[in-house]
Amino acid sequence: MQVEIKNLRIAFENRGTRFEAVRGISLSLGREKLGIVGESGSGKSLTARALMKLLTKNAQVTADRLTLDDIDLLKASEKEMRAIRGKRVGFILQDPKYSLNPVKTIGKQIAEAWREHKGGSRKELRDATLDLLEQVKIRDPKKVFDSYPHEISGGMGQRAMIAMMLAPDPELLIADEPTSALDATVQADILRLIDDLVERRGMGLILISHDLPLVSHFCDRVAVMYMGQIMEEMAASDLLQAKHPYTQGLLNCMPSLLHPKARLPVLVRDEAWLKELRT
Amino acid sequence: MNGAGEKPMIEVSDLKIAFGPHVIVKGANFTVAPRESFGIVGESGSGKSTVLRAMAGLNEVWDGAIRFDGVEAPRKRPAEFFRQVQMVFQDPFGSLHPRQTIDRILSEILLVHRIGDIDGRINRALADVALPQSVRFRYPHQLSGGQRQRVAIARALIAEPKILLLDEPTSALDVSVQAEVLNLLADLREQRGLTYVMVSHNLAVIAHLCNRLGVMQGGEMVEQLSVEDLRAGRIAHPHTRELRELSVSLEEV
Amino acid sequence: MLATFRNWALDEMPSSRRQAAWGRRYRTWLALRANPLAMIGLFIILTCVILSVLAPLLAPYDPAAQNLELRLARPSIDHLFGTDELGRDILSRILYGGRVTLGMVVTVVVLVAPLGLAVGCIAGYFGGWVDTLLMRVTDVFLAFPRLILALAFVAALRPGVESAILAIALTAWPPYARIARAETLTVRNADFIAACRLTGASPWRIVARHIAPMCIPSLTVRVTLDMSSIIITAASLGFLGMGAQPPSPEWGAMIATAKQYLLQQWWVAVAPCVAILLTSLAFNFLGDGLRDVLDPKHS
Repeated sequence: MQVEIKNLRIAFENRGTRFEAVRGISLSLGREKLGIVGESGSGKSLTARALMKLLTKNAQVTADRLTLDDIDLLKASEKEMRAIRGKRVGFILQDPKYSLNPVKTIGKQIAEAWREHKGGSRKELRDATLDLLEQVKIRDPKKVFDSYPHEISGGMGQRAMIAMMLAPDPELLIADEPTSALDATVQADILRLIDDLVERRGMGLILISHDLPLVSHFCDRVAVMYMGQIMEEMAASDLLQAKHPYTQGLLNCMPSLLHPKARLPVLVRDEAWLKELRT
Repeated sequence: MNGAGEKPMIEVSDLKIAFGPHVIVKGANFTVAPRESFGIVGESGSGKSTVLRAMAGLNEVWDGAIRFDGVEAPRKRPAEFFRQVQMVFQDPFGSLHPRQTIDRILSEILLVHRIGDIDGRINRALADVALPQSVRFRYPHQLSGGQRQRVAIARALIAEPKILLLDEPTSALDVSVQAEVLNLLADLREQRGLTYVMVSHNLAVIAHLCNRLGVMQGGEMVEQLSVEDLRAGRIAHPHTRELRELSVSLEEV
Repeated sequence: MLATFRNWALDEMPSSRRQAAWGRRYRTWLALRANPLAMIGLFIILTCVILSVLAPLLAPYDPAAQNLELRLARPSIDHLFGTDELGRDILSRILYGGRVTLGMVVTVVVLVAPLGLAVGCIAGYFGGWVDTLLMRVTDVFLAFPRLILALAFVAALRPGVESAILAIALTAWPPYARIARAETLTVRNADFIAACRLTGASPWRIVARHIAPMCIPSLTVRVTLDMSSIIITAASLGFLGMGAQPPSPEWGAMIATAKQYLLQQWWVAVAPCVAILLTSLAFNFLGDGLRDVLDPKHS
């Protein structure tokens, strides 16, 4: 499983004005964990959606290369994409409240995902679903099976989402701010769970977040995005030795429990960062 | 800091809040000295925001006593109360009226209390939060998240209150914007001698802006400690320890 | 001059509330202008209004002037739409009829929309027994069938435009109350309303200055769409003889007297029918366009 992105550009046109949200980013990913970090408006979510062709019609997507193994995603038809989405690539979004169907029970939704890609009798589906719910460390799988999304907590909803995404045994998991809506304790649990599952199944992971320390803890490599461009890419363990002033600025401006700062250094944005990379 | 013999600015005694059969807050007790900054930390469902809203007078269903500057606050607050106590909300997108200009939003409290020199006060308020005059006649959707939150702070401070209640004021902001807003809040507190009560789930933010904090879990304030003790790890309650460890583990890369 | 206004309104940094408000209105107008159907609707409505207002100047004949020798004449140069069963010029009657119809519609809307808005906002914001009471009252009025109520008024008072307006108004306001209440419920718990409460403003001030303005876009859309049904209702009442009385040239009444001649002298009935159709349709187009533009999801 290899994802290659080269010089991806995403632009939106609105009543005559053209706005480039992603300006030529290049990434490659094998069976490893990549974190994409950026502030709001950096284009990180758009990049992930472009990979799955989940952008709106008015988005203009161009790239020198946008491939999943040998499939050219730029030229793939909607039919081909449907075979990839879910089956080969799973997508977890921020708020399970909005991505789970509110009128179906959890069990039914997960079973549906399983049946869609693997088929099976009703009993087989139920067993497979309960097994998945256990894999995502839900303590009472039978109860959650019969619950509706509004009856379970945010953390459990996210676990249910993960179970649903894992049903077809995908090779790649894209998680877009999967824990931003959750409490700190639950956040850590969910990320550890994702980490664990990804390792065990040998999947690739793209973790998108605005939380730099969080991402560096759970990924092998981190790419820092700003205004549609990648400022820096490095191994997660090298985060504190980041060279780019934007990354350093982001790290420095956060308050710290262990190292009190009288005044939080403010991130001063430099126009030059964007020009540099436009060569 | 503040004189040890000074009367507390805020006194919350035995605060109990229940909505129907659900008891959200089971008896909170804490005091805040004048010009002190008190943080309330907890996870969602701990009752921290509910306590703040009851203090602000937004919630009229509560038991117990809340005293501001020695005066007990009735359930239904009189208009003068809001000249002393104001609040900044979490969501910059939702806390400004979408169909009113910034100018109109800032002038509301001045109009209600018939405070004069509206023009001058608005200009000064914008300057105090480092916003340019050009935003004065814009609508909220034309401003960035950070700018909106500054407007919310300007709105809270324009009638010159003594106490500011902050409900997760930076949770919805980017990290770089958060730094600016936190610096602004610290500056304003020092310049105006304000008393803060701030709710957050982020321990590092609380530690930066507050002197003391209370930790809430399941509707109870399980521990109160100073920020120095929190940083050093001199902690009594396991939940506080858990929260501190989580926060620290993320810092150590 | 238009260019200066445009630049002033679209200025990214307005320097007064008036400028900001006009900027907002102008941008809404630009969005509406992009919708061709809405523009057609607007054009038709404006034409109707202008023709009605200028009817005394434009009408070639007195609408009540009878010419019994020229009864049921075909459309000709002298009488562009022909004449009716009493020899009256149909074109003139259509023009004057427009005044009656549009006058009824505007009166109803002016009476009904503010009432519905007030009831709905108050019910939605205060909740509790106020809400229950107001909504039950609304339900009562919603249950009245419009035409039967008009019959009752006609029996109690006298047939005429006033009775028709009263009947329509009393049955038209409940939907507005419901819309306003629904919007108020959505908005009531928002942080910006909490912030308004934190200024110490009275609930009445909050409802009037902060909540009601938020309900106006959806109410505007509903009013525009309702205009077409009000026009048709007014015409129906006229058709049944309960609206404007002869010799007043109300479109519905014109159709009523023309229906016996439908087969031979079809033009007598067709002209008022087309007038009703065009105006209703125009309001529908405009209403749809307004909904696309004023819908909160878009702003």
